[in-house]
Amino acid sequence: MIKITNVSKHYGDFKVLTDCTTSVSKGEVIVVCGPSGSGKSTLIKCVNGLEPFQAGEIFVDGTSVGDPKTNLSKLRAKVGMVFQNFELFPHMSITQNLAIAQVKVLGRSQEEAMDKGLKLLDRVGLKAQAAKFPGQLSGGQQQRVAIARALAMDPICMLFDEPTSALDPEMVNEVLDVMTELAHEGMTMMCVTHEMGFAKRVADRVIFMDQGHIVEDDSKEEFFANPRSERAQQFLAKILHH
Amino acid sequence: MYEFDWSSIPGALPFLWEGMKVTLVITVQAVLIGIVWGTLLAMMRLSPIKALSWFAAGYVNLFRAVPLVMVLLWFFLIVPEFVGQLFNIPRGTDMRLSSAMAGFALFESAYYSEIIRAGIQSVPKGQISAASALGMTYAQAMRLVVLPQAFRNMVPLLLTQGIILFQDTSLVYVSALADFFGAAYKVGDRDGRLVEMLLFAGAVYFVICFSASLLVKRLQKKYSTA
Ligand SMILES: Nc1ncnc2c1ncn2[C@@H]1O[C@H](COP(=O)(O)OP(=O)(O)OP(=O)(O)O)[C@@H](O)[C@H]1O
Ligand SMILES: [Mg+2]
Repeated sequence: MIKITNVSKHYGDFKVLTDCTTSVSKGEVIVVCGPSGSGKSTLIKCVNGLEPFQAGEIFVDGTSVGDPKTNLSKLRAKVGMVFQNFELFPHMSITQNLAIAQVKVLGRSQEEAMDKGLKLLDRVGLKAQAAKFPGQLSGGQQQRVAIARALAMDPICMLFDEPTSALDPEMVNEVLDVMTELAHEGMTMMCVTHEMGFAKRVADRVIFMDQGHIVEDDSKEEFFANPRSERAQQFLAKILHH
Repeated sequence: MYEFDWSSIPGALPFLWEGMKVTLVITVQAVLIGIVWGTLLAMMRLSPIKALSWFAAGYVNLFRAVPLVMVLLWFFLIVPEFVGQLFNIPRGTDMRLSSAMAGFALFESAYYSEIIRAGIQSVPKGQISAASALGMTYAQAMRLVVLPQAFRNMVPLLLTQGIILFQDTSLVYVSALADFFGAAYKVGDRDGRLVEMLLFAGAVYFVICFSASLLVKRLQKKYSTA
């Protein structure tokens, strides 16, 4: 489904990604973790072409992301993405947030889009908030709306960039629950997160990044039982003691 | 001691109203064209295409570095010559109003574009990322997501610029065009009551601009609490 081969990216002399290679099969759930500044966000944004990269190749569902001939908008419409800061559109109601891209990008009718939006809103437990505006919802609720908005496009896979790290602790679980459910339904997911509990329960594989390198790419059992690199060991020790 | 005599004002009102219409026409069209052309300039300025960005920067810097009176004079003296030759308009045709309108619109666009550029930049970058991630093109992301938020933040500034523009229209006196100020001057001069007429005109400008500013302030409050 997603195939990343020898991807490198630099800003001037500063190497953000070096020779990253990995892949995500259909239905697989991958957790990406690593210290701040290690390039996790950059890597995941390369997958749907939000960040350009200078070397290597990424294929999503057989389409090359780096190829200048690729219609990136079309590709992105099939790949859902959830951001750290939710990024709901504050000037639109929740239903409009859910419908706008369905109508303008997929060409669905307004009614069809509303219908689909409401169904998904119900699924993330927020049907009662449909008429509100993003500013009136809590962080956890906003992030669940953001997930519903991405799902409304019927994505073939979902990318998450630290979806819970901007949330108050008591709201983290409501978002993780939605993600867990999604994973159990067979969605292909690539999640940047430091929620190791989520990784243990849900992930198939864990990728550990450090200074732009993919240092570990293991099954979760392997990763948590005996991480090979020293950096990953330190990282795990620190994060699990919290 | 000067004796004020206001008796000539009521009779002059119809003439003054004609002038006010010219003032309003120039103001409204310059605001509308200024916002549309200013938005395009702002988008060019922020575009990754170097040529567009340079053109917009050059345009804005040129018009902001030249006094408005001079721009109006150019458009009054020079441009009609060219345009007249281009479209075979007979010499002596009165093009003062269209010259003034073009001058104001192009000049104000430079100022509007700077307001709008700041407005666009005030919208967090993540909003474009989110719109793109949903499959929107850059143009769709701008039109549906960024510009509506930018304009909402900008409404007070755009209106305030409109009020300044309303006052600046009096500069068309350089082309002897009878806007509200020009009309007041002419009729005052004719009746030998220039002082009264100009005081009256000043009071009218004051009332209109002051109440418009109050309105903008009220609007601003309403938006910031919403
Ligand atoms: N536009 C840019 N110009 C220069 N350097 C950049 C730019 N964007 C990101 N970087 C650098 O690239 C590196 C990787 O950034 P990235 O956001 O991918 O890290 P991350 O692993 O997601 O970190 P975090 O956990 O803080 O989100 C960082 O050191 C960052 O400073
Ligand atoms: Mg990040």
